[in-house]
Amino acid sequence: MLEIKGINSFYGKAHVLNDLSFDVARGQVVALLGRNGAGKTTTMKSVMQLVVPQTGSVTFQDIDITRMPPHKVAKMGLGYVPEERRIFTDLTVMENLEVGRQPEREGTVKWSEDMLFDMFPNLAERRTNRGKELSGGEQQMLTIARTLMGNPSLILLDEPSEGIAPVIVEEMARVILRLKKDGLTVLLSEQNLHFAQAVADRVVIVESGTAKYKGTLAELNAQPDVRDTYLSV
Amino acid sequence: MGFFIAQILTGLANASALFMVASGLSLIFGVTRIVNFAHGSFYMLGAYVGYSFMQVLPGAWGFWTSILLAGLVVGIIGIVVEMLVLRPVYKAPELFQLVATFGVILVVQDLTLLIWGADDFLGPRAPGLKGIIRIMGEPVPKYDLALIALTPFVAFALWWLITKTRTGILVRAATQDREMVGALGVNQAWLFTGVFFLGCALAGLGGAVQLPKGGADLLMDFNILSAIFVVVVIGGMGSLPGAYVAAVLISVLNVFGVNYLPQSTLALMFVVMVVVLIFRPFGLFGREEVAGEHGQVGEPERPIKPAGQTARMIVMAGLVLLAFLPLIGDSFLLVLITDIAIFCLFAASLHFLLGLGGLVSFGHAAYFGGGAYAAALLVTYAGTPMELALILAPLAAGLTAIIFGWVCLRLTGVYFAMLTLAFAQLLWSLVFQWGDFTGGDDGLVDIWPSEWASGTTTFYYLALVLCIGGIIILRHTAHAPFGYALRGARDSARQAEATGINTKHVQWVAFGFAGAMAGIAGGLFVFSKGSIFPNELEIARSFDALIVVFLGGVKTLAGGVVGGAALEGAKDYITRFEYWRLLLGLLIIFVVIVAPDGIAGTLRKWAEKIGLMKREDQA
Repeated sequence: MLEIKGINSFYGKAHVLNDLSFDVARGQVVALLGRNGAGKTTTMKSVMQLVVPQTGSVTFQDIDITRMPPHKVAKMGLGYVPEERRIFTDLTVMENLEVGRQPEREGTVKWSEDMLFDMFPNLAERRTNRGKELSGGEQQMLTIARTLMGNPSLILLDEPSEGIAPVIVEEMARVILRLKKDGLTVLLSEQNLHFAQAVADRVVIVESGTAKYKGTLAELNAQPDVRDTYLSV
Repeated sequence: MGFFIAQILTGLANASALFMVASGLSLIFGVTRIVNFAHGSFYMLGAYVGYSFMQVLPGAWGFWTSILLAGLVVGIIGIVVEMLVLRPVYKAPELFQLVATFGVILVVQDLTLLIWGADDFLGPRAPGLKGIIRIMGEPVPKYDLALIALTPFVAFALWWLITKTRTGILVRAATQDREMVGALGVNQAWLFTGVFFLGCALAGLGGAVQLPKGGADLLMDFNILSAIFVVVVIGGMGSLPGAYVAAVLISVLNVFGVNYLPQSTLALMFVVMVVVLIFRPFGLFGREEVAGEHGQVGEPERPIKPAGQTARMIVMAGLVLLAFLPLIGDSFLLVLITDIAIFCLFAASLHFLLGLGGLVSFGHAAYFGGGAYAAALLVTYAGTPMELALILAPLAAGLTAIIFGWVCLRLTGVYFAMLTLAFAQLLWSLVFQWGDFTGGDDGLVDIWPSEWASGTTTFYYLALVLCIGGIIILRHTAHAPFGYALRGARDSARQAEATGINTKHVQWVAFGFAGAMAGIAGGLFVFSKGSIFPNELEIARSFDALIVVFLGGVKTLAGGVVGGAALEGAKDYITRFEYWRLLLGLLIIFVVIVAPDGIAGTLRKWAEKIGLMKREDQA
């Protein structure tokens, strides 16, 4: 569904992604694992074309989306949930959801505010609150809900478990599994191996902007040396 | 009592157009983060376009339709400007955007002159609203009452658009995080264009709606500019209710000012602004600007280093040429070079603040004109000899800069720029309106150099020595520890603070120092011309310097000097054309989009390409 082929991305002169390649198949949850600074966030941004790869290509549903403006990428059904959450703090919860709204798309779940409030009951109570009045966990929920309003077929979750309380992390895992059941494809980046264990089908380990390991979760668990080399567990 | 109420009504009516124009500016700033200096030009266009429509469309129906059409047409012009001029510079540093919009001002000025001619138009009176109504015995024009009634509708429509519609939600979201809005599937390019259309249409409406009160003339653009900036800054950048409250506040105060303090009308609004900003640094309804949100983009700043051998040789050769110039050149050339040298020092002092300090001052003319006026006043009232006046001029300018800087440096970014502009305007209005002391519009004349320096050649040498000396001191300071501290404060205030640099203090000293240097230029200027007029303190003068620094190249140490020499030299030729503003405006826009490194920066790149200079990464 999503193919990343040999992309090289830069921040100014810093070479962040180095011939990175991997695929995400429809209906799967793929976890991008790696240490801080390995290039996980840049990968996400390169898929969204927020950082434009200088070489290589990103293909989504058999269409080359490299160098496409981000808003068109989003319109094709790629939903992006950034690491820093980036909710609109001066807008209410309802207004934040409105920004994410996109027309219905064939073959994906059509989300409505009520369905989302069903999934995130905490947000339902706060629908008229401004973004800045929410807790960190609520903000994280809102970012996901906002992206779902665009009825994506693939969602990019950048470090969803970062900086939130353990209880919420559990809820996050529950949400991801629920989305998977609804047919959504998920690419998430993580430093937390335990969280990835709970939700992912496959893992890609990145180190210095290169994919060092690709395989299923079961295969990774059978190779503790790989784990110890690339992940600080 | 009747008089009092009539005054308030007049103020409210005046607030109407002011609010429309200012809310448009505020809206555009809120979403695009561009301070649209050309906003006054759209207001002026609105008046002219509205006037033309009113000539064709008859009756009350025609009058109001003309106003709406003026808004629409100006909005469409706004779209063209946005797509051609602003789209390429959205990602550029703030200064580039400002300069680009300044280019638009020049282009619009000359196009208006070309289309409508130089004569002022008296606005047609509104059909059906020509008379007056007596309120408690005082006459109030009917049209004023119509304006007072109209404004809340415009304000309400805007409020509804911004708070209740999907477009408004997207606009507010984009105000905060454009990239994220794009990543959620919204084409923000069109959102920006839409906002620019709306903002310009509001300016056009404002221009057309004030026709029966003020007519249309070619000075409208600059005349309203400071007022709308004051309104937007007092209200808070990006806040519509703020713009309304501030427009009313300023207009009402102004009407009372005219009656009770006629000497102070121009200064009054700036005083209000300064007072508001001291207590509420981000305006009445504004919120804090997040620093670094739209900071330096693109290539990282190169380290500044002393000139290399080749560069030194070229400069030395130039200086030798200048030294022997009186032997070969005629006195016209000497006067021209004197002007250029003075302007170069002025530009270099602004470049010091802007390039090294990152302090975008919009009111640098205050210190140039301030120095000039200090010298002129000393000569006129105390018979001070030139030598002493030239020493006291920079002291006075520096002192002024220290006082103004103390207030301005409490703020950063756009608010800092606005405050420097306000102080410069304050000084200008003081000089302009305090005619008994400063000569007002007639200026001060008969200020000539001492006997020994009165010859063209001698004064040429004097100016050359002082200006080049000043420029060398400025350059030297850039390489001194103080220069390092200043650049540190520019690049990362927090980190500089953490290493023990008192950043505010360093910036304050730099502000005073640059002011004093501009004061030397001002002092020389007054003696070279023999007279001084308030226009040396005008916004346009400050902008001259900004443009020069920009054209020269902000990031290059030589930028100010190179730009100053190029522009002042070219001006002599370019102003011989009838439509030189148009040319200059187009040139500025061209440079912003095509050669954003400026003259010095572009030359350096060429030199590196052909191997004349070593590249940074090879050196």
